[in-house]
Amino acid sequence: MSSEPLLRVENLKTQFFTEAGTVRAVDGISFEVREGEIVGLVGESGAGKSVASMSIMGLVEAPGEIVGGEITYKGETIFGLEEGPDGELRKRDDALSDEEIRTRIRGNEIAVIFQDPMESLNPVFTVGGQLREFIELNRGLEADEARAEAIDMLREVGIPDPEERYEEYPHQFSGGMRQRVLIAMALACEPSLIIADEPTTALDVTVEGQILELVDELQSKYGTSFVWVTHDLGVVAEICDRVNVMYLGEIVEQAPVDELFYETKHPYTDALLDSIPRPDRTVTELEAIEGVMPEAIEPPSGCRFHPRCPDAREVCKRVHPETRVVADADGEPHRAACVKHDAFDVDYEGSPPLAGATRETGDGVAEGTASELAPNPADDGGEGRE
Amino acid sequence: MAVSESQFEDNRETESEDDIEARVGWRYTAARIKADTTARWGLYVVTVVLFVAIYAAIDSNLSLLTFGVLSDYTFARLLPIFDHPTYIPSPGEGTQHMPPYFPLAEQPWNPLPAGGTLEHPLGTDHTGRDYFTRIVYGTQVSVFVGIVSTFIGLTGGTVVGAVAGYYGGRVDDVLMRIVETVYAIPPLILIIVFTVFVGGANIWYAVLGVGIAFVPVFARIIRSRVLSVREMDYIEAARAAGVRDREIILRHVVPNSFAPVLVYATLQIGVTILIVAGLSFLGYGAQPPTPDWGQMLNIAHGYMHSNVWLSIWPGIAIMITIMGFNLFGDGLQDALDPRIDD
Repeated sequence: MSSEPLLRVENLKTQFFTEAGTVRAVDGISFEVREGEIVGLVGESGAGKSVASMSIMGLVEAPGEIVGGEITYKGETIFGLEEGPDGELRKRDDALSDEEIRTRIRGNEIAVIFQDPMESLNPVFTVGGQLREFIELNRGLEADEARAEAIDMLREVGIPDPEERYEEYPHQFSGGMRQRVLIAMALACEPSLIIADEPTTALDVTVEGQILELVDELQSKYGTSFVWVTHDLGVVAEICDRVNVMYLGEIVEQAPVDELFYETKHPYTDALLDSIPRPDRTVTELEAIEGVMPEAIEPPSGCRFHPRCPDAREVCKRVHPETRVVADADGEPHRAACVKHDAFDVDYEGSPPLAGATRETGDGVAEGTASELAPNPADDGGEGRE
Repeated sequence: MAVSESQFEDNRETESEDDIEARVGWRYTAARIKADTTARWGLYVVTVVLFVAIYAAIDSNLSLLTFGVLSDYTFARLLPIFDHPTYIPSPGEGTQHMPPYFPLAEQPWNPLPAGGTLEHPLGTDHTGRDYFTRIVYGTQVSVFVGIVSTFIGLTGGTVVGAVAGYYGGRVDDVLMRIVETVYAIPPLILIIVFTVFVGGANIWYAVLGVGIAFVPVFARIIRSRVLSVREMDYIEAARAAGVRDREIILRHVVPNSFAPVLVYATLQIGVTILIVAGLSFLGYGAQPPTPDWGQMLNIAHGYMHSNVWLSIWPGIAIMITIMGFNLFGDGLQDALDPRIDD
């Protein structure tokens, strides 16, 4: 497990240069994906999940740009920056060129499943034609072989009568069926990694269950790794091995899935868990997170979650916590970015609670007096673009 | 409800066996055109015009149409209405072969412009050429000119608009500013200057000029569609699959942005026919002896007082053709627009 992971993202920063200001959509996130693992990327809308996944594919469009960090895939640098002789940042020489990323990585090595199956297929071509074209393109097969392969893939993802459905257009498929087609398309070139960008959000719950089952089944069969972007912790619990929780462009908690649910270390994750609708609670009992996510152009000082955090104290306004290991879960690190843990020595306990904080004081964990005060620039921020 | 829905999800939602219920596709569009009287008549006219044009191309001397079919009924000449002198005595020269229309009004002893003969149903022009034959050939020229120049505008506009819309940013700015510059110049002046610039009055230069003059219109229409299409997930999916930009534009962007352009092109054929006719009338398009309607009008207007029919026949031909394309274009627009319900 200590060997090189399949995908490693280090300190990735993606920003959008808009007229209103620089939007720090992804602000220094680090995570890794190992072989055969499903890694969750969880957060509210606008947390930067989708931008993070698009950054991995090198598909960030103007006015957005990856301004920092390094992405390594199978030991190859697919994105890296260095300072050029003129002081400007430039692409590192060992990073793959755009052309190499396009021909070798996209589709072949890393595939993407998009959120809305209704819009992810071109309405003017048949489903089979699109799948066949994709296979032809990425695997260099003849049209006949590609067709046979496409029909096989349709059968593989559980589409009945694949020979007949091959000739049909996307509008003749239901949402669940289209998502199956998209999964077939993603799997068609047997990539090592699939980025699934909220693939079940647009589906109803029963179909969602079927799709999750299918993915689980195919994942164990092909051994493909997944980055599963979602805002649904229920899906995470069902499918993921490890989870990254994102808030306003940062990863605030990173842990194996069980650990995250049973030993939650960050108040934001806690709040997310509390806001899941459950059959045993009525709507009025639901604890929605207070307020909305702030603008990422000018994010809150200190901890970005502090204006909405029930545990917020005075120190949270001043100290910006980076993600640190706060616990150990069977050999796996459990990271969190919250100053109430011992790893942050900033006198959380001694700090008075903020006016907006709703929880009783005294249930904090950390204690200490030292002053690792890392005042955070006020313009530091990020916003997700879904 | 949830149960029944989940059952449907895995079963077919639409039955391909029963296409009558389909609300998209060629057959549906055709059915809607058929249901719409205006569009149907437009389609009829366009079909007839196209048939005549193609026929004129195949049967190059119109033997069947004019001299074959009609001559078989030469007995009809016995009827008084066709009893009309084709040989008119000319003072001082014995007899001379004269066209039936042209000189008649100049003859004081012949008070009314008479109808045609069976050999020359619409009479002849000032040089004695059969006017009906020239009108028929004029169809060929007009339809060809209309379609080719619209095609040039359509192709150019699609490429420019799709590239500008898809790439956006600076590419978009540069391309659209050029397009707007062209758009700002009145088309007729632009085309005349263009034909003069590339080498003088010639129907081909006129066709090319008209095509170029209408690139901006098509570019603007398709660009506005592309701007919304490029945000679709399937474009993003294609990029994520490593498809090159050129192919994304050709296979994903253009086909999904094309419907409004297609409708506009049908309407545009009528407009281009009119413009080329106007150019020919002004002397910048078809040159004699090309039997172009505009060019025929150009000559005919000199004889307006002696024989008004020389002007009327090409005028009617132009009117019918343009009306046909316009009606058809309107009908197509309605048929392709799902919001308009009949």
